[in-house]
Amino acid sequence: MKQRPIRWSVYAGLTPAILIVVFAYIGTIIWTVGISFTDSRMLPVARFAGFNQYVRLFATERWLTSVQNMVIVGVLMIAISLALGFLLAVALDQRIRAEGFLRTIILYPYAMSFIVTGLVWQWILNPTLGIEQTVRGWGFENFRFDWIIQKETAIYCVVLAAVWHAAGLVMAIMLAGLRGIDQDLWKASRIDGIKPWRFYWHIVVPILRPSFISATVLLSLGVVKLYDLVLVLTGGGPGFSSDVPAKFVMDYLFQRQNIGLATAAATTLLITVLCALTPWLYAEYFRAEKRKD
Amino acid sequence: MLQKYRALIGANALALALAQSAFAAEKAEVLHWWTTEAQSKAVKVFADAFNAAGGEWVDNAIVNGDVAKPTGINRIVGGNPPTVMMMNAGKQFGELADQGLLNNLDDVAAAGDWKKSLPADVLEAVSRDGHIYAVPVNLQTPNWLWYNKALFEKFGVQEPKTWEDFFAAADKFQAGGIIPLAFGAQPWQQHQLFNGVLAGAGGRDLYLSIFRDKNPEATKTPEFKRVAETYAKIRSYTDPGTPNRSFNEAASMLTTGKAAMHIMGDWEKGEFTAAGWVAGEDYGCVLGLGQQNFLMDSNVFIMPKGESEAAAKAQALMAEVMLDKDVQVKFNNLKGSMPVRNDVDTSGLDACSKVGLEVLEDPGKQLAGPDWLAGADMLNSLADVVVEYWATPSETPDEFADKYAAVLSEFQE
Repeated sequence: MKQRPIRWSVYAGLTPAILIVVFAYIGTIIWTVGISFTDSRMLPVARFAGFNQYVRLFATERWLTSVQNMVIVGVLMIAISLALGFLLAVALDQRIRAEGFLRTIILYPYAMSFIVTGLVWQWILNPTLGIEQTVRGWGFENFRFDWIIQKETAIYCVVLAAVWHAAGLVMAIMLAGLRGIDQDLWKASRIDGIKPWRFYWHIVVPILRPSFISATVLLSLGVVKLYDLVLVLTGGGPGFSSDVPAKFVMDYLFQRQNIGLATAAATTLLITVLCALTPWLYAEYFRAEKRKD
Repeated sequence: MLQKYRALIGANALALALAQSAFAAEKAEVLHWWTTEAQSKAVKVFADAFNAAGGEWVDNAIVNGDVAKPTGINRIVGGNPPTVMMMNAGKQFGELADQGLLNNLDDVAAAGDWKKSLPADVLEAVSRDGHIYAVPVNLQTPNWLWYNKALFEKFGVQEPKTWEDFFAAADKFQAGGIIPLAFGAQPWQQHQLFNGVLAGAGGRDLYLSIFRDKNPEATKTPEFKRVAETYAKIRSYTDPGTPNRSFNEAASMLTTGKAAMHIMGDWEKGEFTAAGWVAGEDYGCVLGLGQQNFLMDSNVFIMPKGESEAAAKAQALMAEVMLDKDVQVKFNNLKGSMPVRNDVDTSGLDACSKVGLEVLEDPGKQLAGPDWLAGADMLNSLADVVVEYWATPSETPDEFADKYAAVLSEFQE
C-alpha cells in the first residue's frame, strides 16, 4: 500500500478544534479530577487531602440514592422511549393520512426545554391541581394519582416526563431508518406470506440497528446530564428520593460551597460512565471496523 | 481635597489621569440579586441615596442568588471584581476574606461608630478574625408565623403563642375544612421551619449547642425529642400539594383564604403587600412560637479589593450611605425587614416590624441565625436529614436524632 502524503492543510484546519478539545475538555477534566483530591471548599485550593472526599461521598446516603435513580431513569427511560418511538414510527409508516401533521405533533415535546416540560408535568401530576383533582371532579371521589408526593414513586414521574419529552425524537430517527429500507424486501415478504410482526421483528429491527444505537447514545447522554427536569419537576424530592447525580454535583458546587466533594462526585460519575460505555463502544465500533478489514 | 488634587495636576502628568478619575463621580458597580418588585424598589433607595451623595450607582442585578453568587465570586477570584457585591452574613464570605480578596472595613466602621449602633452579634457575623469585611443592611428572622385574621375571627381562634396553642388552633381549622398550615416542601423551606421549631420548642440552649458547638450529644436530650416530634406533627396539618411548592404560592394560600397560617421569613410581607393586605388588619404575625427568639439573619454587602483608588473611595461612600439612618428606614420598609441600626426612628415601621423590634430590644432573645454559626456545607447536610425525615412518615424521632447526630459529629471541630 502506498503511503499517502501528509496533507498539512487538513491539520491546519483542524487545529482550532484540537486546541479546544485539549484545553477546554480534557484540560478541565484533569483539573476537576485534581481538585477532587484536595479539601477545597468555596474556592479551589491545593491542599492535598487524599481520598477523603471520596470516602465522604460514598458515606453520603443522598449520593447513593442519586446514583440508583440515574440507573432507574437510564434503564426505564431508554427502554420505554425506544419501544414507544419505534412503535410510533411503524404506525406513521403505514401510509396514513396527515402524516406530516402527526409527525410534527409527536416531535413537538422535544422542541420544549426541560424547564417547561418539568413545569407542565409538575402541574399535571400535582394531586391538588392536575389529574387527580380533575378525575375527582368528574365524580370519582376516591381516585388517587399521587406518585409525585410519594418517596417510592417520585422518580417514576421523572421517567414519565422524560419519555414524553424524548419519544418523539426516537420516532423521528426510526422513521428515517424505516424510509431507508429497500422496498423490495417488503414485496418479497408479502410474496412469501410472512406475518407483518415477524417481518418487523426479524428483518426491520436488525436493519434499524444503527438507528437504535444513535438513539440510545443520544438518550444516555440525556440521562447522565439530567438536571433541569428534576429540578423543576420534583426538586429532587420528596426528601432527596428523586435526586440525580448532576443535581448533587451542582448543589455541592454552588449552594454548599464544597468544590472538593462536588468534583469527587463528578469524577466518580465520569468513571462510571466510562466503565459502562467503553466495552460497548469498543464492541460496536472497533470490532466492527476490524471485521470490515 | 480639591486643592490637594490641583497641586498634583501641576506636579506631573501621570497624576493628572488619576486626579481626574477622582473628580468624576465615584462609580460603583453593584452586584445583587434583589429582583422582585418589592426588592427592586428597596434597592432603588440605596441607588438614589448613593447618587445623591455624589456617587454613580451602576446596577448589576442578576436573577436568582444561586446564579449571582458564583458569578460574583468568579469575578472576584478572576481579578475583575464588582465594586460592591451582595452576600449573606455569616461564614459565606470567610474564604474570600482569608484569601485577601476583600477590603477590610475597620476604618469605615470606626468612622461610623458601628460598635455603638449595631448589635454585637451582627458585628460578629460580618467579621473574620477580628476585622470587619462586610456592611450589614438589615435584620430579618425566618421564624414568623403569619395568619389570616378574617379566618381567625370566623373560627374564634386566639393568636397562638406556643406550639401547643398552634396545634389546638390547627385542629379547629382542620375540622372546619380549612388547611391549617400553608407549606411548601422545598428543602430550604423545610430546613427553615425545622430551625424555627428547634429555637422555639427546643429552646436557646439546645439551638446553640447544635449550631455553635456542633455537639452530637445534644440530640439525645428530651428537648431535641420534643423538637423532632413537633416537627413531624406539623406534617399532618398540611395539604397533599406541598411538594416543591414555592413560598409565594404558599403565601397566596393565605390571601385567598384556603389556608389559615404560614411560617416564613419577613420577606413574606412583600407578597401580602402585593395582594393589597395590610399588617395588623388583614394579617397578623407572631414571632417565634414557643420561646420567642429572633433568629438573626442579615443581608450584607462585601467590598472586593480593586485596582483603583477611586473604587475604594466609592466603597467607603457606599458603606456610609447604606447605614444612613433615613436610608435604613426607607429601605427596610420597602424590603419588609428591620433596620440593622438600633438608633433609628421606628415610627414609620409597620405593625409587624414593630413586634420584631420589641423582641429585638431584649438581648436575651437575639439569637444568631444558623448561617452565622455554621458553614453552608454542614447546614445543607443537616437539611438533607431534615428533608428526608419530613418525607418519611415511618421514620421515628429517635432514628432521625441518630442521623442528625451523625452529621454533627462529622463537622465537629
